[in-house]
Amino acid sequence: MKQIITATVQNRSGVLNRITGMLNKRQFNIESITVGASEIEGISKMTIVVDVNDHQKLEQLTKQLNKQIDVLKVSDITDQAIVARELALIKVVGSGQLRAEIQGIIAPFRASIIDVSKDNLTIQVTGKQEKVDALITLLKPYGIKELARTGMVAFLRGQQPSHVTEINSALSI
Amino acid sequence: MKVKLESEMRAVQNVVTGADLLIQSLIDEDVEVIFGYPGGAVLPIYDALYRQKHSFQHILTRHEQGAIHAAEGYARTTGKPGVVFATSGPGVTNIITGIADAMMDSLPIIAFTGQVTKTVIGTDAFQEADVMGITTPITKYNYQVKELSDLPRVVKEAFHIATTGRPGPVVIDIPKDVTQELSVGEYDCSFSLPGYQPTIRPNPLQITKLADSIEQAQRPVIVAGAGVLFAEATDELKELVETYKLPVTTTLLGLGSFPGTHPLSLGMAGMHGNYVANMAIYKSDLLINIGARFDDRLTGNLHHFAPKAKVAHIDIDPAEIGKNVKTEIPIVADAKKALQALLQKRIQTPKHDKWCETLAHNKQEYPFWYDHPEEYISPQGLIEKIHSVTNGEAIITTDVGQHQMWAAQYYTLDSPNKWVTSGGLGTMGFGFPAAIGAQLGNPEELVVSIVGDGGFQMTCQELSVIHEKNLPVKVIILNNEALGMVRQWQEKFFEKRYSESVFATNPDFVKLAESYGVKGVRATKEEDVLATLEAIFSYDGPVVADFRVCQQENVYPMIAPGKGAHEMLGVKR
Repeated sequence: MKQIITATVQNRSGVLNRITGMLNKRQFNIESITVGASEIEGISKMTIVVDVNDHQKLEQLTKQLNKQIDVLKVSDITDQAIVARELALIKVVGSGQLRAEIQGIIAPFRASIIDVSKDNLTIQVTGKQEKVDALITLLKPYGIKELARTGMVAFLRGQQPSHVTEINSALSI
Repeated sequence: MKVKLESEMRAVQNVVTGADLLIQSLIDEDVEVIFGYPGGAVLPIYDALYRQKHSFQHILTRHEQGAIHAAEGYARTTGKPGVVFATSGPGVTNIITGIADAMMDSLPIIAFTGQVTKTVIGTDAFQEADVMGITTPITKYNYQVKELSDLPRVVKEAFHIATTGRPGPVVIDIPKDVTQELSVGEYDCSFSLPGYQPTIRPNPLQITKLADSIEQAQRPVIVAGAGVLFAEATDELKELVETYKLPVTTTLLGLGSFPGTHPLSLGMAGMHGNYVANMAIYKSDLLINIGARFDDRLTGNLHHFAPKAKVAHIDIDPAEIGKNVKTEIPIVADAKKALQALLQKRIQTPKHDKWCETLAHNKQEYPFWYDHPEEYISPQGLIEKIHSVTNGEAIITTDVGQHQMWAAQYYTLDSPNKWVTSGGLGTMGFGFPAAIGAQLGNPEELVVSIVGDGGFQMTCQELSVIHEKNLPVKVIILNNEALGMVRQWQEKFFEKRYSESVFATNPDFVKLAESYGVKGVRATKEEDVLATLEAIFSYDGPVVADFRVCQQENVYPMIAPGKGAHEMLGVKR
């Protein structure tokens, strides 16, 4: 099952290496991992999407992340109300009439063409992973020349339907 | 004008290098001894060591691996952090085994490693190694100090991280130009680690749950691990055990956390543990793990591990709880604090007289056993005799293999911090240098290093150190001219195909010792054992003793790999 974990980390050198190294050593299957600045200077936010089969392994994952000295907070937000987005750049073969056709396909996805050349065009799409997947499937027949995805970034919505449990507080038992 | 000149003079005198700052930081941390080996990238540090007055001694080992294992032996027996210096490149890679070993066995180590100058890092410079990359997975934390102003703070942080919570190794990598850099003035040493706040006090709710479970238990058993030793909780453990008559088994690393001769002690559990200890775990209905990590050498096949037990686990590292064994009562805390909280509860002693009787019967009926061959020295008998000659009071360091298991089985310990062995990583070559560290940390104690002929040859160059410092370490080699444990597994599980496990030649260990200026003795016959031991232990100085033991001896009892505790082999003769 796909789990979405966010981690707030101190922006020290080697922190990404420490975390990916630990995930690798403990045999977690990373689907995507993103890291970037947060609202506080010196603090970064990571979004990790992993494929974990059982609850025990998931618990291990959050505990091992929490154990890292540079990690300040870990949350499993899979079952929360969240906003999750990914950006993809897709370079598709297309000239002449095909361009208009492709434009018609991408319009409902609110994707945009950000680069056009003689034989191809580059489409930018943002959204949930499923949406990005769907657009890629639709564009495949036209011939995708290049594809780059950022991986997911996510956090909790401003309002939660129910109480949010933080992994940190569960740990201090 | 004159005044100004004076103030300038003083400024010049106060100028110190980064290396001087480092030495000062170590003095401030009350370091007593540093184990190390110089080299290009640490030349400024060694120069400061030479120039500057300092309160610690530096032990020059003959290989960096010797330095780090000595630091581990020091840390294990004193509870203080072991400090190591190594140069860049090969200096660092030579201490990797020891760092990994300290990580597995939770030993507080601070390793200072030299690095090439900042400007050439990343260019494959001479003696450059990616220390941060190599040590990240095997350290509790690591630093590369790029600014001199960070150095004093980093040292303080490192000592804090290494010695608190679950102890572990910390590496501080310092580029050569940082230690050479001149600096004046004071640096801010204050630090904050918001992501590192170990939970020390137990959750009262979980303590109540454990207290209730003890009351209701009919077949309770405690597994005591090294966490009891790190938390200095042996007195609390003993009080708990005696108050509620709870039988205790220990892990290999937990030996000494509870008196081995105590009537409620069941001895060591695990692959080569006691029948009574393993069966107690197997049949228990309440298993209380205090500071052990349910390693596979303890549990055997997890499907057969304590199948009927409710499991309570006290550990300072939350990640260990529920990692291998499903745990009903998780208690994240320092073992001492958890036991104190438990002792404050008024609990009824469980009704488990029958269980205690069964265990006492098993203990009586199925002790460790061995044959007494006439033509060879019995290795197990040898350990028993060492125990009796030293009154069971020596600090024992071991290597890894058969001799380690026999030492664990037959050198019954009654007091803590006297057992130094490589448990998690199983590092051959550990025992002898660890004895050097143990002796330096405990100058008044008798230190005996029980090693095999294989492991001893991995680090025997450190004989130079015990000669040079006149450290009265007694090295006892159980020489079976083979890699005994490998040979045993090949005999049992590979149809006696003894592939590369029997040595065609061995050095003359007596002459080897003598060439280093160390007394060497040898015994080849059973009847000479006692007299030789008396000679060793009455000699005031280091000794290497070559005991020719029976090569065919195997360690029993045994839980074969993949089997459960109920399938022990060699329980009875």
